[in-house]
Amino acid sequence: MKNTIAERILDFLKGYPPFNLIPKITLLEIAKNVEIHYFEKDQIIFSQNDNPHEHFYMVYEGAVRLYRFAEDKKHVLDICDEGDLFGLRPLIMKENYLMGAAANEETILYSIPINIFNDIILNFPKVSQFLIASFATNTRDPFSEKHKGKLFANIEAIKKVENNFIEAQSAKYTRNPITCPPSISVQEAAIIMTKNVINSIVVTKNKIPIGIITDKDMRTKIGTGLFKITDKAASIMTQPVITFPENITVAEAQIARLKHKVSHLCITKDGTNTSELVGILSEHDLNLIQGNNPLLLIKEIKLAKDAETLKYIRSKAAELTKGYIEQEIPIYFVTKVISEINTAITKRAIELSIKEIGRKPPVAYSWFAVGSQGRKEQLLMTDQDNALVFENVEEEQYESVKSYFLNLATKVTEKLNIVGFDYCPANIMASNPKWCSSIDEWKQQFKEWIKDPIPEKILLSIIFFDFELIYGNQELYDEMAKSVLKYIRKNQIFLSFLGKVTLDNPPPLGFFKQFLVEQDGENKDNFDIKSRAIRPLVDAARIFSLYHGLQINNTIARYEKLMEVEPQNKDLFESCSNSFKILLQFRTSQGLTNNDTGRYVDINNLSKADRLKLKSCFNPIKNVQEALKLRFKTSQIS
Amino acid sequence: MLNFFKHKKYPNFWKEYLKTFKTKQSKNINTTRFIVFDTETTGLDLVKDRILSIGAIIVIDNTLDVSDSFELYLKQDEFNAVTVEIHGILKVGKLIKYNENEALEKFINYIGNSVLVAHHTAFDIEMINAALKRMNLPKLKNKSIDTGILYKKLENKKDNHFNLDVLCKEFNIPKHDRHTASGDAYITALLFLKIISKLKKERTVHYSDLFRNQNSKGLL
Repeated sequence: MKNTIAERILDFLKGYPPFNLIPKITLLEIAKNVEIHYFEKDQIIFSQNDNPHEHFYMVYEGAVRLYRFAEDKKHVLDICDEGDLFGLRPLIMKENYLMGAAANEETILYSIPINIFNDIILNFPKVSQFLIASFATNTRDPFSEKHKGKLFANIEAIKKVENNFIEAQSAKYTRNPITCPPSISVQEAAIIMTKNVINSIVVTKNKIPIGIITDKDMRTKIGTGLFKITDKAASIMTQPVITFPENITVAEAQIARLKHKVSHLCITKDGTNTSELVGILSEHDLNLIQGNNPLLLIKEIKLAKDAETLKYIRSKAAELTKGYIEQEIPIYFVTKVISEINTAITKRAIELSIKEIGRKPPVAYSWFAVGSQGRKEQLLMTDQDNALVFENVEEEQYESVKSYFLNLATKVTEKLNIVGFDYCPANIMASNPKWCSSIDEWKQQFKEWIKDPIPEKILLSIIFFDFELIYGNQELYDEMAKSVLKYIRKNQIFLSFLGKVTLDNPPPLGFFKQFLVEQDGENKDNFDIKSRAIRPLVDAARIFSLYHGLQINNTIARYEKLMEVEPQNKDLFESCSNSFKILLQFRTSQGLTNNDTGRYVDINNLSKADRLKLKSCFNPIKNVQEALKLRFKTSQIS
Repeated sequence: MLNFFKHKKYPNFWKEYLKTFKTKQSKNINTTRFIVFDTETTGLDLVKDRILSIGAIIVIDNTLDVSDSFELYLKQDEFNAVTVEIHGILKVGKLIKYNENEALEKFINYIGNSVLVAHHTAFDIEMINAALKRMNLPKLKNKSIDTGILYKKLENKKDNHFNLDVLCKEFNIPKHDRHTASGDAYITALLFLKIISKLKKERTVHYSDLFRNQNSKGLL
């Protein structure tokens, strides 16, 4: 039956998120069930602490103010205008309204029944993602104590969708793989493998995987005569097996294989090696996932003979990033894979440079990535920021050792520059004599930074506090990291200075949620997403983890650890982590679209959806900065 | 007596319709069930022309419920090629169409004793009444409100005839689907809410004010 009015409502809905993500036929069903409400100026739509209505609202015309009474004062928290949604969260959480809503002027609202919308949330992952993004902000309401810690975690429906979503991207593994008990003979195992035409067999005990025998084991252990075919299967199996849960993503599997250097991963019920085997994921399974497969890229990197080849491979990696972002693969995995690729490129560049020099390094050393690469948060081509540390040497050796490493670093940075990592304008590179030093010199440097924190030096030093080992000696790296944390423990005032510098980036929204755009220069009227939104979150994560002595560099990993370390602030850190992921994804897709670093965003060209998405990330920034202020008493530092 | 016998022959739906008027009706603007409707017709002649479609939506307590809206198209014997250009309803279209008797029965069931609201109600109600007459039924018993007259009340204007387009512009209502019955009903409903609200700002509006007219001719 024709429904002209519903079609008209659909026309409006489809212009705004999350309805723009819903197919027309489904949207029409929603439109048919919309109620249209008319409110006079100042008329109350719902009051704080009211029971939730059976529908949520969208502003069709006019404006709605959301307010909250706290300490006998009324705070206007937000003004919703045309196309904005409100009053949805309490419905999903099944809690009373946290805020009141009133018409700020004469207003017409569409109200959408929650029971219809619940199905949408479950069936359209993009919708739930949008909602997660817009909820990320309010995970912690500064005015509300009692709702702490129960917001994000309680969205069962959304959680469920999120899992489904990951599953959709999950690696296809072989279910019910062929197994054998450890007690049978190698020969029997080989017969089973041959019969079933498989190149590996999982050895299980009570369905729990304890080892794996592959063609390679047959070749290297039986063929060579090390073991006899009458020996027990258990004697030649490779153990322990690397296990993962069922919803392992392609990216995770690739990382795991890289890390453990194994050809097969066992999939178990709960992901541990003490639960039941449900499947096996082989190299072959992963290779089937065609296209720019990161594993193949890394293989190619390892075989690359020169910087030009590396450059070509890196350009394929950029396409990979694009594909990941388009498929909306969780940003955490994307950054991991890309960082692995960047790391592999750097390693290869070092190897090639050593070969060029023709002489092995005289002493132990390690090559660090610092800054965003150190945090493993690089998705796009950015500047190279690196440093080198070498073992302490006798004074008479020092000059020759240092010149070797400077020579090496110069060659490496040249190669990286060819690959597409521009030279660091601030010359924070291992080829700079200042950042190519012995371990004692580095310790002295950190000590100075920490003991005597003057603002100009802090800005420079911040970048070095995110340092990650790329190549070389692990002990040198650990020694350095430990000493940094030790100095900080002794000089907590340093964190206050660090906090102070961080707070110079204010939260990015002005009154009534206007974006704070750049006032002058080339990027006038653009929003600097890097320094206004991403950096404050990165900085805050760093300070809190230095405070707790955490030897973690990645911002998401830092927030996740902080949630454990400070359970009382779990929701704050969780909202920061969510916002960070969204912002990073946003910057990356912006950069890929405009073929630049994605740093400056033209607000006027953003869709409503993207503007809402961005806005939603700003509250956590404000909240975490408040927390910094209090914790590190930054106001006492002039 | 004659009336009594006549009553006997009424079809069931009409009897049900009459029954709804026996219950006491709300006298409060916020609890009254208003039905805002519009008809598209083959022309303006009450005798010769026919209803092409009826669109309607319910307004209760400043709320429009889309799921409870009414939209229906009628089969036509009379066909006026000139008006096709205005309303776009062809004699044989893809829409499901009802004959006049079925359509009127559905509409009568839908409205019950609600207060009818339309822009220039008189014409739409007379078109319905003409159709009822062809079915040997009496006229509609519902109270009615004309948004055109309501607007005149607001602005204290005397004789101007305000068409829907002019009022949409004044009240900032997007004019989609003008000249479809449902589209016009929807627009009129928004207009109705906005006019009442504006009236309220100037003075206390009582239920009865909606029906009181400034000219002696009455609403119909």
